[in-house]
Amino acid sequence: MPRRKRLRKIVAPPGFKGYRPFGNTSRNSGFIELLYEEYEAIKLADYDLLNHQEAADLMGVSRPTFARIYESARRKIARAFVETKEIRTFYGNAWMNENWYRCLDCSAKFTIPLNLPEKTCPLCKSVHVELIA
Amino acid sequence: MKTAITSTGNHLDSEFDLRFGRAGWFCILDEDTGKTSFIRNEQINASHGAGTRTVEKMMELGVGKVISGDFGPKAKELLEKFNIQMIILEDEQLTIKEIIKKIQN
Repeated sequence: MPRRKRLRKIVAPPGFKGYRPFGNTSRNSGFIELLYEEYEAIKLADYDLLNHQEAADLMGVSRPTFARIYESARRKIARAFVETKEIRTFYGNAWMNENWYRCLDCSAKFTIPLNLPEKTCPLCKSVHVELIA
Repeated sequence: MKTAITSTGNHLDSEFDLRFGRAGWFCILDEDTGKTSFIRNEQINASHGAGTRTVEKMMELGVGKVISGDFGPKAKELLEKFNIQMIILEDEQLTIKEIIKKIQN
């Protein structure tokens, strides 16, 4: 029985369902599964330019585990390029990073949706709120 | 904006319900006018999908905030997607009236 995989924290899922090669010279040869955490690893390391330790901390995994996820992501993308395969995204072992806040005055817990800019308690309007990690 | 509060009964002295998808009633408060109305939850005995259908109901009613004791994983994901604010209160002794008073202060 292998050890269970810890869930990897991701900030947002990819904004696409997949990528498909066009102008193929060979016939379409299937697809590869890119997991959400692999997409997140590529994004953190190569788009946000974080080092592996910072990226690992953000995803809630150890640095070696982050390196493995990142390596797996790069290899999958390379395979898709060389073998002209489609890339499709799958949920994998991820969980969304929801932001929950706690009001220090009335101890209510709440989320702040993206369309609300202010960080105040929705119940007692207090500005004394803290982010629950 | 409208706020939904999960309730065990259909009047202002009813106690707050800690469940979301299987709450007995929903108190819909219109924060601009202060008017309240109660809606019976049809999903109370649903064997599955209560949370999802309740979120759909909230969308239909144009609710922007929901106050409950806990939200299931599917309900959470949907509420987040539709930008509905979730508020968790852990005190089940509160009545609907007391919660409304808190909001309006």
